[in-house]
Amino acid sequence: QIHFVLLVSRQGKVRLTKWYSPYTQKERSKVIRELSGVILNRGPKLCNFVEWRGYKVVYKRYASLYFCMCIDAEDNELEVLEIIHHYVEILDRYFGSVCELDLIFNFHKAYYILDELLIAGEIQESSKKTVARIISAQDQMVEAAKEEAGSISYIIAQAS
Amino acid sequence: MEQLKTIGRELAMGSQGGFGQSKEFLDLVKSIGEARSKAEEDRIVLSEIDILKRKLLEPDIPKRKMKEYIIRLVYIEMLGHDASFGYIHAVKMTHDDNLLLKRTGYLAVTLFLNEDHDLIILIVNTIQKDLRSDNYLVVCAALNAICRLINEETIPAVLPQVVDLLNHHKEAVRKKAIMALHRFHRKSPSSVSHLISNFRKRLCDNDPGVMGATLCPLFDLITEDVASYKDLVSSFVSILKQVTERRLPKSYDYHQMPAPFIQIKLLKIMALLGSGDKSASEIMYMVLGDLFKKCDSSTNIGNAILYECIRSISCIIPSPKLLEAAADAISKFLKSDSHNLKYMGIDGLGRLIKISPDIAEQHQLAVIDCLEDPDDTLKRKTFELLYKMTKSSNVEVIVDRMIDYMISINDNHYKTEIASRCVELAEQFAPSNQWFIQIMNKVFEHAGDLVNIKVAHNLMRLIAEGFGEDDDDADSKLRLSAVESYLQIMSEPKLPSLFLQVISWVLGEYGTADGKYSASYISGKLCDVADAYSSDETVKGYAVSALMKIYAFEIASGRKVDVLPECQSLIEELLASHSTDLQQRAYELQALLALDARAVESILPLDASCEDIEFDKDLSFLNGYIQQAIESGAQPYISERERSGMLETTDYHSQDHHEVPSHALRFEAYERPKPSSLRTQASTELVPLPEPSYYSEAHQPISTSSVSERESSEIKLRLDGVKQKWGRPSYQSSTSASSTPPQAANGTSSHPDVGVGSSSLKPRSSYESKKPEIYPEKQRLAASLFGGSSSSRSDRKSSSGGHKPAKGTASKPPKENPIPVQPPPDLLDFGEPTATSVTATDPFKELEGLMDSSSQDGGSTDVMGVLYSDAAPVTTTTSVDSLLSELSDSSKGNPGTYQSQTSKGPNSQEALEKDALVRQMGVNPTSQNPTLFKDLLG
Repeated sequence: QIHFVLLVSRQGKVRLTKWYSPYTQKERSKVIRELSGVILNRGPKLCNFVEWRGYKVVYKRYASLYFCMCIDAEDNELEVLEIIHHYVEILDRYFGSVCELDLIFNFHKAYYILDELLIAGEIQESSKKTVARIISAQDQMVEAAKEEAGSISYIIAQAS
Repeated sequence: MEQLKTIGRELAMGSQGGFGQSKEFLDLVKSIGEARSKAEEDRIVLSEIDILKRKLLEPDIPKRKMKEYIIRLVYIEMLGHDASFGYIHAVKMTHDDNLLLKRTGYLAVTLFLNEDHDLIILIVNTIQKDLRSDNYLVVCAALNAICRLINEETIPAVLPQVVDLLNHHKEAVRKKAIMALHRFHRKSPSSVSHLISNFRKRLCDNDPGVMGATLCPLFDLITEDVASYKDLVSSFVSILKQVTERRLPKSYDYHQMPAPFIQIKLLKIMALLGSGDKSASEIMYMVLGDLFKKCDSSTNIGNAILYECIRSISCIIPSPKLLEAAADAISKFLKSDSHNLKYMGIDGLGRLIKISPDIAEQHQLAVIDCLEDPDDTLKRKTFELLYKMTKSSNVEVIVDRMIDYMISINDNHYKTEIASRCVELAEQFAPSNQWFIQIMNKVFEHAGDLVNIKVAHNLMRLIAEGFGEDDDDADSKLRLSAVESYLQIMSEPKLPSLFLQVISWVLGEYGTADGKYSASYISGKLCDVADAYSSDETVKGYAVSALMKIYAFEIASGRKVDVLPECQSLIEELLASHSTDLQQRAYELQALLALDARAVESILPLDASCEDIEFDKDLSFLNGYIQQAIESGAQPYISERERSGMLETTDYHSQDHHEVPSHALRFEAYERPKPSSLRTQASTELVPLPEPSYYSEAHQPISTSSVSERESSEIKLRLDGVKQKWGRPSYQSSTSASSTPPQAANGTSSHPDVGVGSSSLKPRSSYESKKPEIYPEKQRLAASLFGGSSSSRSDRKSSSGGHKPAKGTASKPPKENPIPVQPPPDLLDFGEPTATSVTATDPFKELEGLMDSSSQDGGSTDVMGVLYSDAAPVTTTTSVDSLLSELSDSSKGNPGTYQSQTSKGPNSQEALEKDALVRQMGVNPTSQNPTLFKDLLG
């Protein structure tokens, strides 16, 4: 079971947090401080896992952003590493070559996508297509004007 | 053309939905992004909080504006600040009819509130309404919220509706309903115990996503009660078989592995079901064996499945063939250059070693490399392995290593763990008493504040009782050596309190026993302790008691006692102490000094700490006194049983009091199954209950104490395994107790091969060229750890190398290329699925009989079969997929190869658009941090 998901930039700035187990605001800050201290200082060739307070934290760096997930000691680390990657791939598909800036300004969208992937710390859907489908169904509820603009920009993009 | 592009960018700004926020919000994000320190960031957030507080008070805020405020609140909270002033607005937003706003509301509340927040009651109502919505997206949003927000009390309010949703026509809803039920089961198993059949039913849902989600609750249920799910063994096996045969839709593929996350979940379940069950295990042999062949060990996900297979095999009763396959997989992991895989290999070794103890031997050098690796994670994992393979012949080396490591780290959590492991191993395998005391001293000295107090008590008892043999001479030698070592250590500054307690106790009890040290010498030392650690009352108490014993022994043996002046002043100081405990000890000591030898001897006899004190529970010696009292007219004693008649009422009362918070009231409120009246009841009944606070109060002390208990019970469990593992006489006889002094620090620093950069190359070459390059230290260490001589090892190596010579030669030439050169094309046969889909029997039909409601689903099983087999042949790998799969290749180090020329076109354009957009908004962090624009996957 995943206890929390953490996105931290290389400078230690928090980009996204999702807590599946109860932590008070104070504990959260402490966890983030502690973990970013540990993870950001690790060398590039080392394991993507850190043992921490009896749990394990699996992390992976994408460009300047670290994706971290905290799991139980008995969980499969490689699997969680792939769950992270799975999430990044879905983000990538959704935003179109996702970058850190996308997540900074659209963190709520990143949350929506995460909610379709994980529920209560368990992976609920492993098909990228299914996640994409439901997210786009949700997005269609958003203003129609946006769609229009999107199609025009597509035409222009084709032209240029 | 240029113009067109600019227009495009401008339009793109509108199309990027998320960027559609106001300037204010973008400015906030921007300024936070540019903040140079945490303090600056905090200042910005605090002023933002002020702004939002003011804005939220304004009347008639337009909904769109409100939505943005709430997203800003989420942002604040995410940065670690308190946004509770705005929670109520998020709750209100969930009531909105507009899905977009509702979803924002739900998102915010799931991030803000935890399940026992007071505001939850205001949401339950909305959730109930939304679960009935026609729009499945609304239902999904509500179910998402349920998974986060519903607690034991509110489960009954939504349970019936969630159960209904299990049959919803949209698979997304069914899946979330399953997850919600799973959540309920976690929160309060009794609330859903009558619904467990639903999980079985959903296991054969048409939609693989729903089936996959069902595995989560089933895993939990099976963990709790294996026996009642044995009937599902063949179903799980057949599902796994179908998955590996690519009969799930292609969209579940991940890096060309068919539905790997489902496979892993299934393997976990099979491990539970096959544990200790020969017949169940046998059913699994086939599919597990196939998995070893099919898993592509060049991708990370393939290795994840391989690792899960190893775990399953270590749990079930495996066949020799499977064991061999698992051992092969482990050796591949260990030989890999990737630290991740080495880590998994060490972990797998630790699991498999329980079953076949000699498997570690052929990997001894790899293990030692990992032990000396600069990567802390890997090192710790290796210590865990060593801990599992400790026996009396290698305990000294292993514990010494552990202690060296323990001293070198600062992480208290792990320090505690490794200290308790040292203690445990020392207690179990100690070759000599002296060694044991030495080790304990080291543990106490360096981690004394972290070890369980029981360990200290054990040590004291051990010194007092000796080691079981009736050899008084040896015992007194042991005590003397303990006293000597303590007198030496005492001069060190800043010792942990617990250690000082042990020292004081031992010195008091045995300091003068041997006659080697005079009473005044020992008592002087004890006074020093009390003086140096004057703020620690426990230590002081121990020291005073020790002084009392020293003087008592002196008096009893008829010598004259000279109380040292510093001791005298200590006593005087303590007589006026604020601590009643210390005061009493001081008074006792003072009183004792005035007594004669005979009296003192009976108060504190020599070396009597272990004598059983006889209790006269009936207090028979008081009989005469009682008789006298009764005769002079006192009331006779009424025994407890007789009195209990009177006490019964109060008993009841207190019992009631206990039960109220746990059950009685809550169920009353919800048991009436009328949905209409239920809501009002829920809100009225729940508000006034002060339960949560009571609950936490009552349970806090228990939970803290249980931590240590759990620890110790864990220790016990592991012990059994250790004994079993190494108990084989044949193995132990061959081991020579060649305890090489472990040159931990020296060894690592003197040899360049363990340096960061070269560590990846070195071990490999040492494997291939075997002997000549192995450093003698390493060899010796290996010998002392693994007990085997080097010649027997090389024998083993050559024999194991016999059946895979091709591998050795293949991996030699491309030393620089980290990708193992073994792409087995026949394993990833894409033609296979088409062939298998033609097979007449549908394994899913086997499931039919198992499910009580299969008649209802009768059609669907067929549909599913068709569905899966229809999807299966579509295995033409798109170029995108194959590119992505390369990406996950962990051994490549950087995930950089993804963006090949073909896919770069549109991406760079999008990046341009983003760049333009951001510039237009005045957010220009490029100069600060250009990496913000870097594609995460590129």
